[in-house]
Amino acid sequence: MAERAGPILVQGPVEVRLADGSRVVSRRPMVALCACRRSRTYPFCDTSHRRRCPADKAE
Amino acid sequence: MGVRTLTPARLPEPRGPVTEALIPLLTSTSPEAKANLPQATGDWLDDDLQLALYICYELHYRGFADVSAARGWEWDPALLEARAHWEKVFLDGVEAELTTVPSVDEQIEGLLIEPVHGTGVSHHLLSDGERWQAREYLVHRSLYHLKEADPQAWVIPRVHGPAQAALVAVEYDEYGAGRAEDTHSHLFARMMADFGLNTDYGCYLDAVTGHSLAVVNLMSAFGLHHAYRGALIGQFARVEITSSPSSRRLAEAFAALGAGRDGTRFYREHIEADALHEQLIRHEVVETLIRDEPELEKDIAFGLAASGLVDERLGAHILGCWEESRSSLRRPLPDAPTPEE
Repeated sequence: MAERAGPILVQGPVEVRLADGSRVVSRRPMVALCACRRSRTYPFCDTSHRRRCPADKAE
Repeated sequence: MGVRTLTPARLPEPRGPVTEALIPLLTSTSPEAKANLPQATGDWLDDDLQLALYICYELHYRGFADVSAARGWEWDPALLEARAHWEKVFLDGVEAELTTVPSVDEQIEGLLIEPVHGTGVSHHLLSDGERWQAREYLVHRSLYHLKEADPQAWVIPRVHGPAQAALVAVEYDEYGAGRAEDTHSHLFARMMADFGLNTDYGCYLDAVTGHSLAVVNLMSAFGLHHAYRGALIGQFARVEITSSPSSRRLAEAFAALGAGRDGTRFYREHIEADALHEQLIRHEVVETLIRDEPELEKDIAFGLAASGLVDERLGAHILGCWEESRSSLRRPLPDAPTPEE
């Protein structure tokens, strides 16, 4: 399942090998993998793909 | 691990005529003790009303150490009748305040846009937070997070098919995916301990105001009524959609305020977990339910809006007090600023 701009959901657990050769493991039963490359918890989604607006808005 | 969250809470102190009648009734040893309880006269956020509801709902969760489960108050018809009246004041009040409820799509679209300069509690804690404020925030949130995922568990047998499967997947993750040490309520307790707070379940019940109780009561009311199952899904969707970015702010804020590893782990976990849960709840639960049971759309929309309202009221209360450099708790923690007499 993948939405435009959103993460790719895969069945966990997963082990992801990153470009620098390091490995990251997620033991979750489902894992959201970042597809926009903006995540600060890459390779996992942290919702950084969301649109941002300048207007003030409560959380 | 040094955190105690397993024992039930003790009954709180009364806050008005309703709880002054309710609390002694629940500890009465007389077999003839009958619920003869007053109606609520305040508004939906009234402290006394919210505490009465909280107590009634807690009988369905862990109960209270000083209330005999064998006495059967949980299903006492007269008590349930009184609770139904209090619930009506609460939920009718919430509904009346939400003059218009936008569609599910419209509300979710709004929640998915991140403001660059937000104004909620997490934004404040990140930009100008003080340690006593972080501690207060955890006290407010402890009423929910020490039973995180429990209110939503009530709805599991009330939805079916793919929506149920996805809901259980999210709940399973909340409960640590088979690892007790990863249960979110446990991670929250460890964070409280890191901030020097008492982690006993419900021990801050006397400390919080009706605003915090209303946040939990809304979930309990929705979870315990079949008629509100759509609203509970809406409430859960709102939490999961908004949680990831605010968890990032809180993790960074707490690290800056001297939190140790345990003091940020709960929110660090939620950055990643809720980015996943948002996807599951939106696409697999909400969209599926609306496709399979279109009549639930308006209930889901109500749940989204109602939970937004109670969260907003809590946030406004906390920030309003902090702006005046005073505690937002009924029973301030020792490090809160002392009011000038």
